[in-house]
Amino acid sequence: MTTPATELNSIIGSELDSDADQFLTFVLGEEEYGVDILRVQEIKGWDSVTPIPNTPEYIKGVINLRGTIVPIVDLRQRFNMPEVEYGPITVVIVLKIECADRDRIMGIVVDGVSDVYDVPPDEMKEAPDFGSVVDTEFVRGLATVAEKMIIILDIDHLLSGNEMQATDKLSA
Amino acid sequence: MQQFHQTFFEESFEGLDIMENELLNLDVGNADNESINTIFRSAHSIKGGSGTFGFTAIAEFTHVAETLLDEMRDGIRPVTQESVDLLLKSVDVMRDMLTVYKDGGDMDADNIAEVQGKLEKLLGSDSANTASAQDASANTANENSDGWLITFRPHTEMLRTGNDPVRMIYALAELGEIETKADISELPAFTDLNPEDSFLSWEITLKGDAKKEDISEVFDWVEDECDLDIQPISGASETAPSTDTVETPTTTATTTTAQAAPTPAAAQAPANTASAKKPTESASIRVGIDKVDEIINLVGELVITQAMLGQVGGEISGDESHNNSHMEKLVEGLAQLERNTREIQESVMRIRMLPISFVFSRVPRLVHDLSGKLNKKVNLVTLGEGTELDKTVMEKIGDPMVHLVRNALDHGIETPEERLAAGKEETGTLTLNAYHKGGNIVIELSDDGAGINKERVLNKARANGLVGENETLSDDAINDLIFHPGLSTAETLSDVSGRGVGMDVVRKNIKSLGGSVRVDSNEGEGAIFTIQLPLTLAILDGQLVRVGEETFVVPLVSIIESIQVKSNNLNGIAGKADLYKLRDEYIPVIRADNVFGMNNSFESLNDRLMVVVEGDGHKAGIIVDDLLAQQQVVIKSLETNYQRVDGLSGATILGDGTVALILDIPGMIEMFKEKGVPVPPAPVNPDGNGSDDIADEAA
Repeated sequence: MTTPATELNSIIGSELDSDADQFLTFVLGEEEYGVDILRVQEIKGWDSVTPIPNTPEYIKGVINLRGTIVPIVDLRQRFNMPEVEYGPITVVIVLKIECADRDRIMGIVVDGVSDVYDVPPDEMKEAPDFGSVVDTEFVRGLATVAEKMIIILDIDHLLSGNEMQATDKLSA
Repeated sequence: MQQFHQTFFEESFEGLDIMENELLNLDVGNADNESINTIFRSAHSIKGGSGTFGFTAIAEFTHVAETLLDEMRDGIRPVTQESVDLLLKSVDVMRDMLTVYKDGGDMDADNIAEVQGKLEKLLGSDSANTASAQDASANTANENSDGWLITFRPHTEMLRTGNDPVRMIYALAELGEIETKADISELPAFTDLNPEDSFLSWEITLKGDAKKEDISEVFDWVEDECDLDIQPISGASETAPSTDTVETPTTTATTTTAQAAPTPAAAQAPANTASAKKPTESASIRVGIDKVDEIINLVGELVITQAMLGQVGGEISGDESHNNSHMEKLVEGLAQLERNTREIQESVMRIRMLPISFVFSRVPRLVHDLSGKLNKKVNLVTLGEGTELDKTVMEKIGDPMVHLVRNALDHGIETPEERLAAGKEETGTLTLNAYHKGGNIVIELSDDGAGINKERVLNKARANGLVGENETLSDDAINDLIFHPGLSTAETLSDVSGRGVGMDVVRKNIKSLGGSVRVDSNEGEGAIFTIQLPLTLAILDGQLVRVGEETFVVPLVSIIESIQVKSNNLNGIAGKADLYKLRDEYIPVIRADNVFGMNNSFESLNDRLMVVVEGDGHKAGIIVDDLLAQQQVVIKSLETNYQRVDGLSGATILGDGTVALILDIPGMIEMFKEKGVPVPPAPVNPDGNGSDDIADEAA
């Protein structure tokens, strides 16, 4: 007899581990990034946005998410990676951001969604300090799954109000 | 228990407001019994509630105030200005204490002790008086009577409010020897008996020298829920039975309300019952504002869905091949849906609307206190209190209003001597008026005081360098200077106003609500402050315009007209900005696409569409590519999930589900002024971004 949980396990291809945090991973170019799955509100295909004037380039604009105005950030542009044409698998991951004063809903544009992994807390490595080469403040840690490095993002820091205003140059 | 605290605080604050209002309305020397009763009831329920929740400090303090009120209620103590003032102070103290219990913090123990001391002194000072008056009022109530005959007939539903007659009888037993006779004639057959109803009544004989007040105190909580009669036994019952009935001056209205809602809250909150009696206020329920907002959001969604359906329906019906009776019905149905949706939206919006009396009710107290402090005589007139506006707007307009009232009393209305010398009546008049005008609410605050001394304002402005030595200003411009930060003309600084902060804050606050404030004044005759505010912050009548590829919403209130640009009316200034000659004035031309960094090219403006707008008293023409529909839009904040963006006041969702941004006209004019227009030969990019665009331009 298969319970929904085991079914889910077979779908996502990993054992549910109560201690481990689950991360949704997505790809940007060759790199794989992860975000806490509990923060993911929904995943939707790229659709046109309403641009907001006089905002940084990486703010693509706002969309109507069932009556809520949600800003959309292009993560490639945010990381100063080369832009790519949006295609059929380009997706928007809608995330809940916890700021000091309140929660916000924001969407990030990524190349595609990859997988869901369990990462036990003790397997998460701290990101080495790259000095000024790479700003690692938005990296919560690095995890290795199937010999692959996954960059776990600190989305609160990455998408908080202050960071969004700053037009600092990040490279990833 | 915790869950009831919120309700207790809300009801108590309401009760305090009622007390304050009634106290201010009390006609000293000829006090209306019903008013005193209302005040007493409010105090009493606050005392009871705070005792129940263990807020002993409030309970103890309120008890003293209540004693004073009780004496007034019984006619033992005359209502004097002194006691009314003291009671008003007590209301403040109680409010402070409640706030401390609610939000934490430290109590101002000295102040509490001081006011309490004064209350006790007032009570003590004429205790002799009291005693004799008591005799008088007690009429036939002989202190040495042999005892009392108490007829206690609880109403059927008394038990449900948590009151137990047995406990009352026990309490009576503590006052003296009692003999009870229960009347069980009302008792139904066992099968019909509802254990939650009370069917018994008692005749109780209390022997000894218990005071009548002590007896009625036992029945304090249930006086609305029972028929109670207390008679001295010494045969006085025949002579004056009615005067002794302790059925305190409760009107039938109160009794019926209490019966209609036999819950503990209703029974123990006479404040509510009292307010419900006023003809102007109707029955209401308490609902969390978040629930209302949720409904408003959902209705907003509904409106969008309806618009979408309407659009599709219109397209289908336009198609000849579908023309049949089903189609007709569909179109009919859609029209009905549109009507219904609109009505729902209007009704839901009205939930958030409250009469402005919520703001005006703060003013009488303020005027009372300030006029005392400043030794001025002021008569307050309020008009249009029923005018409704959105709760959010209401919350934010309170403070600016208070400041304007302070200002009018401090600087506007003169002292009685000055007024007499100026040939005016001794008592000044402050008038508050509110009315609807278009989609706005207008609040006028006028006084018949000295008005604005233009010369002094101008001198001060010159001294501060705000106005050049030889500059001449129109009267309106001089009056407007008082809203400038750092300009106070009060000759002496007082703790009422005059620190030179305030009027600018007033204007800022009102502006942030999308409103405006201006002053008209004739020296020697007084001043009128006129505040204009949008009725609601939730919806807006907008003109949809197209700029480039995007649709924007221009608030209809800020649009004066829309015209087609005639090149012969167009003038350049310093080769940088364009000015447009509109009849007899020149207005700056704002290219919306430039301001928003969407397009840095400078095509000819000839024959293009220009929306003439006004924001903050400045006019400007905004160049747009097309004028689209006019429609009511639901305002959504950009700050909820993002942040404030200059030149935009929010966003909305259009019928097709896409997002359109709402222009903030004053903000845009400000942006235009600060940044200047990009100079045609070498466009300065507004935010330093999008350097690619400039490169393209150059190439």
